[in-house]
Amino acid sequence: MLRVDVSKQLGEFSIEASIASEGRVTGLFGASGAGKSSLINMIAGLLRPDRGTIVVDGETLDDSAARLHVPAHRRRIGYVFQDARLFPHLDVRQNLDYGRRMNRLADDAAQRARVTELLDIGNLLNRRPGQLSGGERQRVALGRALLAQPRLLLLDEPLGSLDEERKVEILPYLVRLRDEAGVPMVYVSHDADEMRRLATQIVMIRRGRVIAFGGAEVLPAANSPA
Amino acid sequence: MFDISPTEWTAILLSLRVAVVATLVATPLGIGVAWLLARRDFWGKSVVDALTYLPLVLPPVVTGYLLLLTFGRRGLVGAWLADNLGIVFAFRWTGAALACGVMSFPLLVRPIRLSIEAIDRRLEQAAGTLGAAPWQVFTTVTLPLALPGVLAGMVLGFAKAIGEFGATITFVSNIPGETQTISSAIYSLIQTPDGDTAALRLVIVSIVIAMGALIASEWFARRAMQRLHGN
Repeated sequence: MLRVDVSKQLGEFSIEASIASEGRVTGLFGASGAGKSSLINMIAGLLRPDRGTIVVDGETLDDSAARLHVPAHRRRIGYVFQDARLFPHLDVRQNLDYGRRMNRLADDAAQRARVTELLDIGNLLNRRPGQLSGGERQRVALGRALLAQPRLLLLDEPLGSLDEERKVEILPYLVRLRDEAGVPMVYVSHDADEMRRLATQIVMIRRGRVIAFGGAEVLPAANSPA
Repeated sequence: MFDISPTEWTAILLSLRVAVVATLVATPLGIGVAWLLARRDFWGKSVVDALTYLPLVLPPVVTGYLLLLTFGRRGLVGAWLADNLGIVFAFRWTGAALACGVMSFPLLVRPIRLSIEAIDRRLEQAAGTLGAAPWQVFTTVTLPLALPGVLAGMVLGFAKAIGEFGATITFVSNIPGETQTISSAIYSLIQTPDGDTAALRLVIVSIVIAMGALIASEWFARRAMQRLHGN
């Protein structure tokens, strides 16, 4: 499903990582600054690896030897950012519809209804992003990414900017997404509890290197830092 | 006092026509240059940057003379345009529009560039991950968010164009009905005995137009802030 074998120099910091995952939710786990975000930016096509390959669903998206680099907009990889990044000049309905319009997909009312119901955002459709709470914004961002019909969904600390109460509010939606949306996900976090709740396979990253791979057993014991 | 004569009306209407045409032609070009300067790194960028702002710092008479050398009947570009496309700038209102367009270009570009620079590039990245090609990112995210800046630039450019004097009179002279704008009409009037009242009338007209433009520009700038904050 997902094969990544890349290296990238970023100033003093370097990333050299090799990951192969078939999991429904691949968790990238590590402290902040470990290189998790750079890694998924490479998967998304926002950052070009110096060397290596990225293969999703059997399609090669990056291959430095063949000078291949598929640009982000042709990858069909969704991305939910920590800071939501909703378009401020569009209302929620237009934000949700954006990916469909850009990819010239047919209007699919059933799919739209399913996603808005799954994320409980039906009552927000006419609002502007500036009128939403942090948790609502993040749910709309999830819906927007899903409705572009990606083959893989990247989530970069989607709960990172929320307080505890909001996290508890969003987590169940992420679990539903994993179980019902049928889109494989890569989930980035430094929170071991989130990983336990969501990830089916875990990749542990430290200082730009993969140091462990496996199930929940690779996570540190509860409440100890990453 | 407030009885505007036909000659004065001609100058006012000509000024408006010159400024409108100059602004409308310069705007797409200005958006392109502003985007390049705000978003791209390329060889020779500092030269493009300097050239864009040059009319702001050069004496207008120098800009006008350079235009005459380039776009005059015997100028390098002017001769070619006249022979091949039948477009003549010298001593025509079109030349006045060209001079005004060049002189107002820095004022047009600056607010557009600033508003593009103020847009969070991460929004453009997000659009890319949703499948938007670069030109779609520009038309659906960058341009709508920069729109208040574009309008502010157009208003400022228009105000500059309508008041332009030095480059215009150097390039296309001061021919009533063809190239005599409000500014050159005022200049002629204050050199004529008994022209004071008429000059004062045109002075008031230009103050009204300039104030209107500044107020409009402020209003667009406020809109821009609201838009960027998503309310």
